[in-house]
Amino acid sequence: MNRRAAVLLALLAMALLLLPQFADAYVLSVATLILYLAYTGQAWNVMMGFAGQLSLGHSLYVGVGAYASAALFFHYGIGPWAGIWLSILLCVLLGTAIGFLAFRFGISGVYFALLTIAFAEFTRIGFDHLDWTGGPGGLFLKVAQRDQIDLANFRGPPAMYYYAMLALAAGAFALCAWLLESRAGYYWQAIRENEEAAQALGINTFRWKMLAVAVSSAMTALSGVFFAFYYNNLFPEQIFHISRSIEIILGPIIGGIGTLFGPILGAAVLTVLADGITELLAAAGVEIPGVKQIFYGLVLLAVVMFLPHGIWPPLARKLGLAK
Amino acid sequence: MNALLEVSTIAKSFRGLKAVAEASFAVAQGDIVGLIGPNGAGKTTIFNLVAGVFAPDTGKIRFAGKRIDGLRPDQVCAAGIGRTFQIVKPFAGLSVLDNVIVGALERAPNVSAARKHAAEIVEKLGLSAKRELPASSLTLPDRKRLEVARALATRPQLLLLDEVMAGLTPAECDRMVEGFRDLNRAEGLTILLIEHVMRAVMALARHIVVLHHGEIISRGAPEEVVRDPAVLECYLGEEAEV
Repeated sequence: MNRRAAVLLALLAMALLLLPQFADAYVLSVATLILYLAYTGQAWNVMMGFAGQLSLGHSLYVGVGAYASAALFFHYGIGPWAGIWLSILLCVLLGTAIGFLAFRFGISGVYFALLTIAFAEFTRIGFDHLDWTGGPGGLFLKVAQRDQIDLANFRGPPAMYYYAMLALAAGAFALCAWLLESRAGYYWQAIRENEEAAQALGINTFRWKMLAVAVSSAMTALSGVFFAFYYNNLFPEQIFHISRSIEIILGPIIGGIGTLFGPILGAAVLTVLADGITELLAAAGVEIPGVKQIFYGLVLLAVVMFLPHGIWPPLARKLGLAK
Repeated sequence: MNALLEVSTIAKSFRGLKAVAEASFAVAQGDIVGLIGPNGAGKTTIFNLVAGVFAPDTGKIRFAGKRIDGLRPDQVCAAGIGRTFQIVKPFAGLSVLDNVIVGALERAPNVSAARKHAAEIVEKLGLSAKRELPASSLTLPDRKRLEVARALATRPQLLLLDEVMAGLTPAECDRMVEGFRDLNRAEGLTILLIEHVMRAVMALARHIVVLHHGEIISRGAPEEVVRDPAVLECYLGEEAEV
């Protein structure tokens, strides 16, 4: 990273840290959503952007991570700090099970993506029939006291959730930056670019792909825990839905797959624009259902056509940040 | 001289088509051996068998005294065999240096040690000026050089070269040959090469094995092999007139 990049990063961090001082509730909720999508996109990016393994079923890990912690809290009053570990464990087990099936039996590319969708879908159907978590009727956590902070149970005012998500997003950024410069980063990128050549250079591709899935699913489990305690309600039809998986991957795709800033930039651009257009249409008195989805589609189309590597790489060059 | 690589009676069929039949040969420590033969003779199949892409149907492959047949490609690399691909397979999105770092990590304890080693190899292969460029921007001769650099970075005892001279101009080819001679002389690197460019094989190889329809039909020093009637008949007929 050059000096210019370090200065810009410091300014961004400062702005994000101070944001709750100036933002109203609406802006804060949008900012929290952006950070949530940036973090989850970063997690997905480890698998696809770094190691080249396309997952279209990341809602699986969000959902299982969310349900595991929420159910522990709901049934036994066990707080999320303990629940997190169950969420991570379950997600890593699921991720590595999918990875094992795919990588042992040579399922790759589109077929791997289909496998990830299949797992997310049948987990969704499974949760629809699981009474312990409320089935299709959903699981509801008692809504937080918004005026006092209860860190042990992760209940508190919106700013607390904002800062928690900021810490997660910053941590994920640092972790990914470190991973990219490590042996794992080099091996993952080699596998992404050409698996056969990677193997000929001594890389046990099975083991390193499994690591990518494990890291990605563990990170995404935390998205789920956050989701559960922030929104306080979970429905299988929502949290496991494929549109959730798509929502996760749009940020990195638009921002720049495989880059560190791509998921953050993509999440910000999409959320701000989508919310902006919804607001604008509401102000104009137009109420068209699905306008947000159409907008997502158009932005995605434009980016794929004109900026196939995402917004970040050309922007980085323009700002003089590319190495 | 001790045999570093010992291939004994290996056979491999693909859906009933015999690609390699009962082939046996050895590569001595420090030697440079050329594997030649017409298209479809089974040269690349033999390479893939040695490199662990396929396991042979029958037969044994020994490297430095240990069985390596049936190992995975990464295990073969770890055992000390580096290879290049006939159709180059660069990590297109990574820089030239990063490509070589991936190879260097095989024996390096960490990334910074790998980077140092990779930089030396990039320098040796004459790619220093392009080390920060993405591999996708390289010309074919440079891509071939990058293949070699990456394989060398894994610090192999035996280097398998699959047609690295194809597509090079005679001058580039001579430079490449000179480079391999240096490596062989200075570092004792053993080389097994498949090559169509006879100019390169004759200049580089000390021994030649000739393959035809999956069987070895001749072997010996280059000047003997090119006079062998069996070889002339199947493969070098026109060349021999020259």
